[in-house]
Amino acid sequence: MSHFDSLPWPYPIKYGEQTNYDADVLVLGGGIAGVWAAITAARTGARVAIMEKGDTRRSGAGGTGCDHWQWAADNPGSGVTPNELSNALVANHGGWRNGMSTYIQCASGYETLLELEAMGAKVRDVDDEFAGAPFRDEKTKLLYAYDYDNRFVIRVWGANFKPLLRMECLRRGVQIVDRVNATTLLTENGRHGARIAGAAGVNTRTGAYVVVRAKAVVLATNRPQRVFTFSSEHRGVTAFRGASNVGNGHAMAWRIGAEFTMMEKTIRSPFASPYSYPPYGSGNAINTWYPCTIVDANGKEAPWVDVNGKVLTTVEERCHPAEGQKFFIMGGGNASQPHPGLKQYGGPRLIPDLEDRMMRGEFTPPFYADMTSMPDYERRAIWGLMVGQEGRTRIPVLQTYSEGGFDPARDMLQTYDFIRGHGMREPVAPQERTFGEIGVSGGMMVDWDMMSNIPGLFGAGDLLFGAQDHSHAATTGRYVGARAALHAQGKDFAGISEEQIVRDKERVYAPLTAKPDSLDWKELNAGVARVMQNYCGEVKNAELLSLGEMWLADIAANEVPRLAADNPHKLMRALDVADILTCAQMIVAASQRRKASSSTLHFSRLDYPDLDPPDWQKFLVIRKGETDIETSYRPHGFWGDLEANYAPRAAENRSALRHKVSSAA
Amino acid sequence: MNHSPVLATPNFPTPGRPVIFDPDVCNGCNLCIVVCPEDVFIPHPTKGGLPIILFPEECYYCGACVDDCNRKGAIRLNHPLQQRVRWKNKKTNEHSRLR
Repeated sequence: MSHFDSLPWPYPIKYGEQTNYDADVLVLGGGIAGVWAAITAARTGARVAIMEKGDTRRSGAGGTGCDHWQWAADNPGSGVTPNELSNALVANHGGWRNGMSTYIQCASGYETLLELEAMGAKVRDVDDEFAGAPFRDEKTKLLYAYDYDNRFVIRVWGANFKPLLRMECLRRGVQIVDRVNATTLLTENGRHGARIAGAAGVNTRTGAYVVVRAKAVVLATNRPQRVFTFSSEHRGVTAFRGASNVGNGHAMAWRIGAEFTMMEKTIRSPFASPYSYPPYGSGNAINTWYPCTIVDANGKEAPWVDVNGKVLTTVEERCHPAEGQKFFIMGGGNASQPHPGLKQYGGPRLIPDLEDRMMRGEFTPPFYADMTSMPDYERRAIWGLMVGQEGRTRIPVLQTYSEGGFDPARDMLQTYDFIRGHGMREPVAPQERTFGEIGVSGGMMVDWDMMSNIPGLFGAGDLLFGAQDHSHAATTGRYVGARAALHAQGKDFAGISEEQIVRDKERVYAPLTAKPDSLDWKELNAGVARVMQNYCGEVKNAELLSLGEMWLADIAANEVPRLAADNPHKLMRALDVADILTCAQMIVAASQRRKASSSTLHFSRLDYPDLDPPDWQKFLVIRKGETDIETSYRPHGFWGDLEANYAPRAAENRSALRHKVSSAA
Repeated sequence: MNHSPVLATPNFPTPGRPVIFDPDVCNGCNLCIVVCPEDVFIPHPTKGGLPIILFPEECYYCGACVDDCNRKGAIRLNHPLQQRVRWKNKKTNEHSRLR
């Protein structure tokens, strides 16, 4: 079909028609964190609903797979304790990491994985494909990645985790409401900052309005994206997360007065670029591809070095800590951007001056990832297992390249390092920044229950400040599902304000009204991004930031009312961009209030050039008050003793569970 | 000169064809439409027809449609030309690219 304009919309149109649900626990966002939260909440006997913008079978950043289960320090082979590992991870980020949720991840990763196994997932090498490999425990058949001595990252067959988790939700009686874009958090009687009362959303196919009353709400939505760069074309294949992941939860929670922190952290990143390559889809030696051999155009191997600078001569040596180092957190094959503080826990990597050596003629570009020369088990672990199970590569890289004729035992995949940049870590222009596309970024401030300052509003996964990745989403979702269900016990529903609903309907359906000067969502997105590039980019000072604040407010006042959508799908995208604008305003507000430069936060102020002054080594917390934005601070490590705070809550969670997860049979 | 009827069509977004359906294998069951996280497809107006890619530029090549399809080969990803990678045969030095 090419005559799109001649097709009628295929779904019934129900703009404004309202459906109501009730739940003890409502989960917003049915990605990895959301389905785990729903399962655990339902296991306590709570009535649970999920509102998901896409379809829970595959939605979310982890929906299409997972190759390595990070930081499972509770697994039987681990050489480090959860306390050691989480403290190292926090230190590795200069203190700006969520110690609470990181500890949950380190202390319950394996326990969570065992529940997945009971649901039918493959988490160990039961078929003995890797018998005898140095990263395999012959007794448990667990396969480890990266640090083969300390064994706290587990290689898994995660491509079907998401469908299995959805099935478990259905078995546990979770009400799944797919294709509904949550747009609004409802508070008691519509009062700003009051106790949570539920949420509302709009169906992305029919336009119907959905209201869910709830005693507790778990926000499990993704982070803001497309804040600094937006290209309507040629972006998809290079993106790390889907177009629907825009930070709706950040914007919704901000509007009702929830606290956020680390919002000023943005980084240069190729994940925003329409000109990079599919993630893990060009020759590299990072994460999924660790510890791949890299050679130059003449087949000469690029040296690997350990954290002490010692040159490593075998593939095997890339997977052990250096002399004097107890364990390493993560190695990497690329030379760019060594992280402050990484030295202590840094893993083996390609020699840092590889580019200089190439420029001097020691190596000839282009470079290639050469798996042909690696031990068979390492080659199969990278190309078959890791690239085959990681959601971002299973189909777009492993299957597509294999069908295209690529054979890792015969062919070498080109890297674009040093000739035009890299698909994963290329140097990009200063304005090509990202907020939430990759890495540890800002999010909702929470306490040890993962509850925000809004009573009954909880967070999980990437919605939380200062944390990331699949096992973090799973373990925090699993933990918070129980915390939210316990919170809901014995409570009544908070009153919902009809006035709040009427106001919200006016807002969310406004783009449907035709305007002579209408603006579509793509133009608005690019316009917001341009303001952020110019006034909140690499170069920042009070003047630039206040101009940014002014121009964003100007767009909110003048362009947002011109937004137009002529079907429910475009309405979703229009509302998304309005949320991106809100997230941009949060980032500018935080940037204006951090009056110091910070290396870990990749934050530089021309008017406050001192890097990392001691009195600014603290979390900056912002919140939308009833009239103005309110600022407060939390010291690094404000969460106190990790184990002492976690253990009683984890025990309480366990005793609240009335049902086991279903066995695969 | 023979030609198709000439219509006033706008430019399409690029990439305009993130996936390719094989009409001999696809039976129009629309499971890909169910699983797509971004909802880039709509059903064909005729039952059993190939799904229509209505929002091609919103596809992020996650491959859920390919992975969950019950008919092998019915749908495949079609990477944009500028992002098709190259490789080299180590023994023969023959260069190839994704096609």
